[in-house]
Amino acid sequence: MLADFGFAILVITFVLAIYTIAAALYGHFAAQPKWVESARLAMLLSFPLLTLAALDLTYLLATGDFNVKFVYEVTSLDMPTYLKVTALWGGQSGSLLFWSWLMAAFTTAVTLRKWDRDREFLPWVILVSSVTMAFFLGLNVFFENPFARFWQTFEGVAAYTFKPENGIAFTPENGNGLNPLLRHPGMIIHPPMLYLGFVSFVIPYAFAIAALVTGRTDDRWIRITRRWTLVAWVFLSLGLVLGGRWAYDVLGWGGYWGWDPVEIAAFMPWLTGTAFLHSVMIQEKRGMLKHWNMILVILTYALVVFGTFLTRSGVLSSVHAFAKSAIGPAFFIFIGATFVISVALLIYRWDSLKAEGQMHSMFSREALFLLNNLLFMGILGICFWGVISPLVSELATGAKVTVGPPYYERAAGPLFAALVLLMGIAPLSAWGHVSLSNLANQNGMEMEKRYALGIARLLWKPAIPAVLTLIALLLLGIRNIYALIGLTFVALTTSITLYEFWRAARARSRAQKENFFLALWRLAGRNRRRYGGYVIHLGVILMAIGIIGIEMFQTETQQSLSVGESITLAGYTVQYDSLAQFQAEDGRWVTRAVMSVFRDGKFITELYPRYDVYADGQPMTIPGVRSTLADDLYVLLVNWEGVTSQIAPFKVYHNPLVNWLWLGSFIFIAGTLIAAWPDEEPEHAPARARKSRPAYQPGD
Amino acid sequence: MKKPLAVFLLVFLLFNLWVGVASAQATTPSDDEVNAIAKELFCPVCENTPLDVCPTEACKQWRELIRLKLSEGWSKEQIQDYFVEQYGARVLAEPPRQGWYWLIYLMPVALFGVGIFILYRAYQSMRQPLPLEADEAQPPASPSLSDADLRRVEEELNKRK
Repeated sequence: MLADFGFAILVITFVLAIYTIAAALYGHFAAQPKWVESARLAMLLSFPLLTLAALDLTYLLATGDFNVKFVYEVTSLDMPTYLKVTALWGGQSGSLLFWSWLMAAFTTAVTLRKWDRDREFLPWVILVSSVTMAFFLGLNVFFENPFARFWQTFEGVAAYTFKPENGIAFTPENGNGLNPLLRHPGMIIHPPMLYLGFVSFVIPYAFAIAALVTGRTDDRWIRITRRWTLVAWVFLSLGLVLGGRWAYDVLGWGGYWGWDPVEIAAFMPWLTGTAFLHSVMIQEKRGMLKHWNMILVILTYALVVFGTFLTRSGVLSSVHAFAKSAIGPAFFIFIGATFVISVALLIYRWDSLKAEGQMHSMFSREALFLLNNLLFMGILGICFWGVISPLVSELATGAKVTVGPPYYERAAGPLFAALVLLMGIAPLSAWGHVSLSNLANQNGMEMEKRYALGIARLLWKPAIPAVLTLIALLLLGIRNIYALIGLTFVALTTSITLYEFWRAARARSRAQKENFFLALWRLAGRNRRRYGGYVIHLGVILMAIGIIGIEMFQTETQQSLSVGESITLAGYTVQYDSLAQFQAEDGRWVTRAVMSVFRDGKFITELYPRYDVYADGQPMTIPGVRSTLADDLYVLLVNWEGVTSQIAPFKVYHNPLVNWLWLGSFIFIAGTLIAAWPDEEPEHAPARARKSRPAYQPGD
Repeated sequence: MKKPLAVFLLVFLLFNLWVGVASAQATTPSDDEVNAIAKELFCPVCENTPLDVCPTEACKQWRELIRLKLSEGWSKEQIQDYFVEQYGARVLAEPPRQGWYWLIYLMPVALFGVGIFILYRAYQSMRQPLPLEADEAQPPASPSLSDADLRRVEEELNKRK
């Protein structure tokens, strides 16, 4: 009964989304504001409806109604309630519903904003959001019904949406249970964060399309969506970091990022989103790069849907692709259609997106931001090609190939290093405003010289700590050229960023006669976007330290040990003390080793690497980890090599500096919150240009 | 006479035993030696999983196969070639640098080159004075732009910073 109710709600919401699209279109073309308003209200209704559907499914999951196929697939009697509830996004059909629900929450939030100054955008924002929602709801209704039930017929037991002829409801005694790898806290939070990032990127895209359709191609759409973009970006970033932490804690290979296609699928919209966040500043400040910003937002949306498709369709088999189904063609048609329509609109409005400013120097802020965009696009190109080339190879040669970490690291590594360097230098550059007298009196070369000298004048002081860092690294015996370059760039960017804070706070402190720290606080408060951005940069720098540490200096060893024997690695001695096997309350069999860790002969701590075998036979390897800011000692009980009470194989990883990666991510998130913190929107924001007006404005 | 013969036989036996044990020790590669090669091979069954961390029974057997080949004196390249021959190029962490596969390596370089070209062209085009700005950029001596006007424009520009 509840399952049927849930499906009915899904169908109603799907029909409502179709109605919303039709009403918005009719309202616009017939110049009837009441229809647009009706579409807006219909869109508002989708959130409570989908909340009801999601609650319905959650109730079925929590109560273990195994008659429902999805409940059977992702839960079992021995699972704790919180896991049963979070299993909502543990399988394909549930996660699609969850996606739609989050989408409805965001569209509701955007629909409830003040539209007084942007009435012409409203029908198109509603339309784009509703098309996206209708697509995902359609997947649930037509392909992946989370409320499908088991029925016994003459042909056997199968799941159907509607009762088949002569069917008798069939309820298995227990379910399959959630994949053990998904039972980790990181994996419980990771998908919602990614989905939040994905769905919130739909909002800037919707406004961009609205701007293209209406012809209101000034920077208004960018100003409205700036915060949405930051929110999307922070969620996507959080999702990526949590995914990395989950891999580190659960997958048992001593790393956090394996360049798996599905990881890359989530990373690609982040890359375009980050490029977009930077390049919109050029449009806002200088009225330039309008075409490029449109391209970036269209690409981000396409990559969001592409990422969801890869994650959910299992088209590229990988560790993430747990769920597989036949929704691929629908996804491809949707991605293709939205992309083609978006590009067609962009071409149609190409002339109205001409730059209003002029580039004066390759050392100006806008030129360096362009370079930043090139680097992000370069990494995107590597990622995209790396993901699709095995498929292309299969099509071209019939043989599939693996494009693994060495490929990505070699190709993208130099671009990441260049980005770190640019992150330091770009804030020292000046925006390309130029006085008329300068413009008249200086030729191109003089202008380049002027901008370059401007950077050099500010650069030399922060460069001193970077040079000292390089010398210190050499004295410490580090000879890895990539590590030396990376850490020197990190030192330079850190000192420039801190110098920027110091310079501005000191100037304010002197001018306002304020205490230095008060000046720093007020400065950041007055220009949250800029200083939040710098804090984000500091977070990225710390993350870079962690990445350089683990990528360049990780060591590992594996040995089989008898009780009392030990392994020595990177100055640590790890001694095998004992092994215990027992059954946990949730039914899994746990094999746990006790290891003593010594350094310089002194006992430091005990570690408990273990492996769990779940009722369905699925194993999970949990490392014993000793974490400090200097390094991680990461010990695995290598269950796959065969453990006996006499002898057990252990793998020990020494991961230098890896915790800076996690620490940096906290600072990164804090910086994003500072940058995204709401300001009072001015009553009359400047609209740079209104070159064309739509024929109809619902607010008029 | 019998005693020296017995001693000789005993010494001979012990020597052979020692040589046997020593050679067995010398030719049994360590887990680390096996993993160093397994790390660069991908599981032919479970995609995107390096062989050194793959928990399946098949991969365990493949690691033992690497150990066996190493003990027989095979080099890393020979073992990799053997796996490619048996399971195809997909077992390598990267496509082999030959034939069609070069496209996989060259495409990002080509794309980046195109990106640099586009950036250069964009930069060049954005350096061209805009029609409006070109008019404004007339020398200050122009009778149409007084000093007061110039100051106002400067102020406006400063406001936009």
